[in-house]
Amino acid sequence: MTNAIRSWVKALSGSGRLGLVLVVFWLLIASIGPFLAPYDPGAFVAHDVFAGFTGAHPLGSDYLGRDVLSRLLSGARYSVGLALAAALLASLAGITLALLTAVSPRWLDEGISRFMDTLISIPSKIFSLVLVAVVGSSLPLLLLVASITYMPGSFRIARSLAVNLAQMDYVQVARCRGEGAAYIAIREILPNMIHPMLADFGLRFVFIVLLLSGLSFLGLGVQPPDADLGSLVRENISGLGEAAPAILMPAIAIATLTVGVNLLIDALTGRGRRMAGKE
Amino acid sequence: MAGPATRGLLATALPLIGKRVASGLLTLLLVSMVVFFIAQLLPGDMAQELLGQAATADAVAALREKFGLDRPAPERYLRWLVGMVTGDPGYSLVANMAVSDVIAARLPNSLLLAALSALVSVPVALTIGILSAMHRDARLDRGLNVATLSMVALPEFLVATLAVLVFSVQLRWLPSIALIPADASPWLVLRSLAMPILTLSVIVIAQMARMTRAAIIQQLSQPYVEMALLKGIKPARVVLTHVLPNAIGPIVNAMALSLSYLLGGAIIVETIFNYPGLASLMVNAVTSRDMPLLQACAMIFCTAYLLLVLIADTVAILANPRLRNR
Repeated sequence: MTNAIRSWVKALSGSGRLGLVLVVFWLLIASIGPFLAPYDPGAFVAHDVFAGFTGAHPLGSDYLGRDVLSRLLSGARYSVGLALAAALLASLAGITLALLTAVSPRWLDEGISRFMDTLISIPSKIFSLVLVAVVGSSLPLLLLVASITYMPGSFRIARSLAVNLAQMDYVQVARCRGEGAAYIAIREILPNMIHPMLADFGLRFVFIVLLLSGLSFLGLGVQPPDADLGSLVRENISGLGEAAPAILMPAIAIATLTVGVNLLIDALTGRGRRMAGKE
Repeated sequence: MAGPATRGLLATALPLIGKRVASGLLTLLLVSMVVFFIAQLLPGDMAQELLGQAATADAVAALREKFGLDRPAPERYLRWLVGMVTGDPGYSLVANMAVSDVIAARLPNSLLLAALSALVSVPVALTIGILSAMHRDARLDRGLNVATLSMVALPEFLVATLAVLVFSVQLRWLPSIALIPADASPWLVLRSLAMPILTLSVIVIAQMARMTRAAIIQQLSQPYVEMALLKGIKPARVVLTHVLPNAIGPIVNAMALSLSYLLGGAIIVETIFNYPGLASLMVNAVTSRDMPLLQACAMIFCTAYLLLVLIADTVAILANPRLRNR
C-alpha cells in the first residue's frame, strides 16, 4: 500500500507534487484546524488592531484585535467543508441526471438537456446572486445555491461521456441481453465515467471555493458570527491602506487552496493523457 | 467587389448564422422564464414591502392592483417580458425610480471598464497562448502552464488587494478608488481605471491563453503543418499564417466566454475599487431584495453573454477556411 502511494507520488510532476502537498495541508487544516488555534477565534486578544507579524500573533491581529491565525484556522473549515459538500452534491446530481438521460426516451433527454443548457447560459455568479436574493444565505442554503449553480456544468460533461459510452459495443450487448435501463446505467456506463468525473469534481470544487468566498466577500455568503476565508477578507478590508496581514493572509490562504487543487488535477489528467497516448 | 467566392461564402454562411441567432433567441427566452420564476419564489411581494407591516389589507390590495400584482403569474411574466423588450423593465423600489434610469446611469461605466480590459487582455492572452504552443513542452511552455494554471484559480480580491498594496500603498502611483469625476480628462480616467483593468485582465488572460494554446496545439499535429514545415517555411510563419486561421473558431469562443466575464464577473473588482458599474448595482439589488432591478440586471448579463457567444459563432463560421473555399 505505502509502495503504491510512493510510486503514485513519484510519477507526479513537480507542480503536481506541490499541488498534492497544498491539498493535503488544507484538508488537514479544515479537519483539525480549530484544535490547533492558539486563541479563541472570537476573543479580543491583541493590544493593537491590524498588528503585523509578531511572536504572540504569527499572522497579526484583525480589525478588532482578534488573532488572525486562529480565525484562519477555524475559517478554513467553512471554505473547504462547504465547497466540498457543494461540489459533491453538484457532481452527484449532474451524474445521476446524465445517466438518466442516457437511458431514457429521447423526449426526456431533450427536455432535460435543453433546460440545463438554459441554466448554463446564465453566468454562474449572476445565477447564484439571484438565488441568494431569493433564498437567503444560511449555511445549508449556501450549500444548495453553490451546488445548483455548478450542477448544469457537471451534467453537461457527464452527459457527453454517458452518451458516448452508451454507443459502445459492451453496452449494446447488455441491451441485447435484455438488461434493464438501471442496470445498464449503473453497472455498464457509470464505472467508465468515474475517472474524468473525478477531475471535473476537482475543478468544480475550485469554482465553488471561489464563488463562496466571493459571496462572503460581498457580505452575501457565510454570515457572522461564522466566518469563512472570504468573510475574513471582507471584515478586514479597512486594513488595506496599512498593508495589514489580516487582509492578505486569508486571501493568500484561499489562493493556495485553489491553486493547489488546480495543479494537482492538471498533473493527474495530464499524466492520464500521456499514458493514453503511449498505449 | 463581391466576387463569386464571397457570394458563395454568404450563401453557405447565412443560413448557419440565422440558425445560431434563432437558437440564441430561444435560449434567451428560456433564461428569462428561469429568472422570472426564481424571483417569484421570494415570499411576500412588492406591495407588501412598499407599505410595510402596518399596512391595511385594503391598501396592499389596492397597490397590488395598481402594479398588476394580483394577476396570475404567466400574465405578469408576459407583461414583464414585453416591458424588458420595449425598454421598460419596471420600477426599482429602493432607488425609487424607473429601473431603466438606474441602469442607464451605470451601464456605460461597466461597458467602458469591460472594453478597456478586453483591449489589454486579448493581445496579451493571444501572445502567451501562441508562444507556449510554439515552444510546446519546452521550459517556457511549462513555466507559462504553471503560471496560467495558478492565475485561473486566484480569487479576484487577492489580485486586487495586491495591486492596491503595490501601486497605491507602496509606490503611490495610482489611486485606490476608481471614482471618476464627470469632467475628468481621459488621462485621469485611465489612471483611476488602471487597477480595476489590471485585476480583471489577470483573471481573464490566463483562461484565454490556455484555450488559445490548446486550440493551436491541436492544429499542430495536422498533416498540413508538417507539410509546410517540410517545405522549409519558418515555424513562426507556419503558426501565424497557416495554423491561426484554422484555430480561430475555438479561440474566439474562449474569448467570448472570458469577455462575458468582464461584465458580470466584475462584481468583486467593482466593489473593491468602489467603481459604479452594473455588477455592483446588482449586488445592491440582492442586499435590498429589489427584485425588478435584480431581474433586469440578470437579463442584461445573460443577454451580453449570449450575444458574445453568437458573435463568436459567427466569426468561427466566417473564418472557417473550408467554408470559404466551397
